[in-house]
Amino acid sequence: MEGAAIATSGLTMRFDDFTAVEGVDLQIEKGELFGLLGPNGAGKSTIIKMLTTMLRPTAGGAVVWGHDIARERDAVRNSIGVVFQDPSVDSQLTGRENLDFHGRMYGMDKKTRQERVHEVLELVDLTEKANVLMEDYSGGMQRRLEIARGLMHHPLVLFLDEPTLGLDAQTRRYIWRYILKMNQEEGVTVVLTTHYMEEADHLCERVAIIDQGKIVALDTPENLKDLIGADIVTLEVDDGVTDEQVHAFSKFDGVEAVDRSGSTINLSVDHGESRIPEIVLGSCSAGVKIRSVSMHEPTLEDVFLKFTGKKIREAESSGAGMMAAFQSRMRTRRH
Amino acid sequence: MARVNIYAIYSLWLREMIRFFRLKSRVFGSLAPPFFFLAFLGFGFKSAAMPAIPQEVDYISFLAPGIIGMTLLFSSTFGGLSMLWDREFGFLREIMVAPVSRLSIVIGRTAGGVTTAVMQGLIILIPGIVMGLKISGLPGFLLSLVFMVLIATTFNSLGLAFASRMKDMSGFSLIMNFMVFPLFLLSGALFPISNLPTWLRSLSYLDPLTYGVDGLRGALVGVSTFPLAFDFAILAVCCMGALGLGAYLFEISDVE
Repeated sequence: MEGAAIATSGLTMRFDDFTAVEGVDLQIEKGELFGLLGPNGAGKSTIIKMLTTMLRPTAGGAVVWGHDIARERDAVRNSIGVVFQDPSVDSQLTGRENLDFHGRMYGMDKKTRQERVHEVLELVDLTEKANVLMEDYSGGMQRRLEIARGLMHHPLVLFLDEPTLGLDAQTRRYIWRYILKMNQEEGVTVVLTTHYMEEADHLCERVAIIDQGKIVALDTPENLKDLIGADIVTLEVDDGVTDEQVHAFSKFDGVEAVDRSGSTINLSVDHGESRIPEIVLGSCSAGVKIRSVSMHEPTLEDVFLKFTGKKIREAESSGAGMMAAFQSRMRTRRH
Repeated sequence: MARVNIYAIYSLWLREMIRFFRLKSRVFGSLAPPFFFLAFLGFGFKSAAMPAIPQEVDYISFLAPGIIGMTLLFSSTFGGLSMLWDREFGFLREIMVAPVSRLSIVIGRTAGGVTTAVMQGLIILIPGIVMGLKISGLPGFLLSLVFMVLIATTFNSLGLAFASRMKDMSGFSLIMNFMVFPLFLLSGALFPISNLPTWLRSLSYLDPLTYGVDGLRGALVGVSTFPLAFDFAILAVCCMGALGLGAYLFEISDVE
């Protein structure tokens, strides 16, 4: 079959007084492991809800595996699997019963179901827990079962909305392994949302960075980080430093960009580790008192900072009020 | 979208069955109130002469069909409202994202809710018989099953209708206390409605359960206020109306 797995054009979702998603154009290829990265409230989940037919876009549209999300909802639903951000299992049923329920809803006969239940449980290492009630599963196990369930009916595209939200670091790594495994072994196209930089970086072949309902950058994690290029050297300096003194940093060898916020100065530097001595000596002779120096290779956090002018944490707190209004209307998150 | 998917309906029905047989303590708990009503009112008023009950019928035979009606009313309304729990715990999304029409979802849920309610009604029948309820015969018993299904479908659908309009669980106790309880008390389950003052009696005539209880009494005991065909017709119309309303409100409700 020709064409992209998912193509959106001008996808938009407006609520009464708030635009959650605005004019999103995306093309996701078949077999790809694609990430939507952005702070909470950026509109990632809303995009997923529209692509999974749970919400109708107020403008624009999208095609999932050749089917229009507004006009061919059943065909879209048949092609996709969804792992929701919040739990969506019946806690009074066992793992196997939840999978069985799912299989029947998708019209799988008994024999197919039994085989598939075995396969997907194996994939997420839950075979031994098959007959345990969901309420006795841990949070991580429940998430794994939901991933297995999303795969149960052989979807062509699997949507994972914040698959590792609230899980501990070790469980997160396990989930990552399962996601990679199913993308590779089952060949399923995966679209995931996350606000964890390292998750997008580690898992995704391509990442779309989303802020305030818009895509601000889209490329492979490597290419995105190459946009930052050099290493980031961060200097903590005394408060009294003038802008001229800061400006002097840009004259140093290898320094490509200088960015100051308060007493923190970020320098983009080629081969940062070999330049640090010069920078420190230079700043001493320029009369700038340095309290600490640190260096890191570019991360997606830096990319986010570059495109939005803020850190993802800051974006979350500024978006919090909007998100609260949004949530009370949508009633999506439950704890 | 309006296709009916038998497999999905079966899946939803089966889920209700598994939950019914698994949550024994909850079933037990929900059967306690009707059982206590039956036992205490049955023994307590056993020898009291209640006006308007025909001479040949003792109070327990009068009461037991009413208590079965009560059991059906409470458990089926609860079954319809249980969609609120599915929404609260996220399982509704799992159902809604499947390639299954909402009509199939309504039918599956209703079938499950009705089956569990009727099973509870039948369980309450047993202590009734032990206490002295004399069933008129097999045809009467089978006819009472028809009435049980109609009662359960009516109130399950009403529960679903309410649940579709409610955003969270806060309205639940309101409905249970201000709708379900009055419906029970007005239905003539505990005493003949002819004993009520006229203005209250006219409210009873608006209560679908009145015809359900009267029908159950006519089928099981052979004594009823209205002709059975009349009870059946009114109840069937209420049932269709409620089913349509529930399906419609569920159809237009927001998933999220």
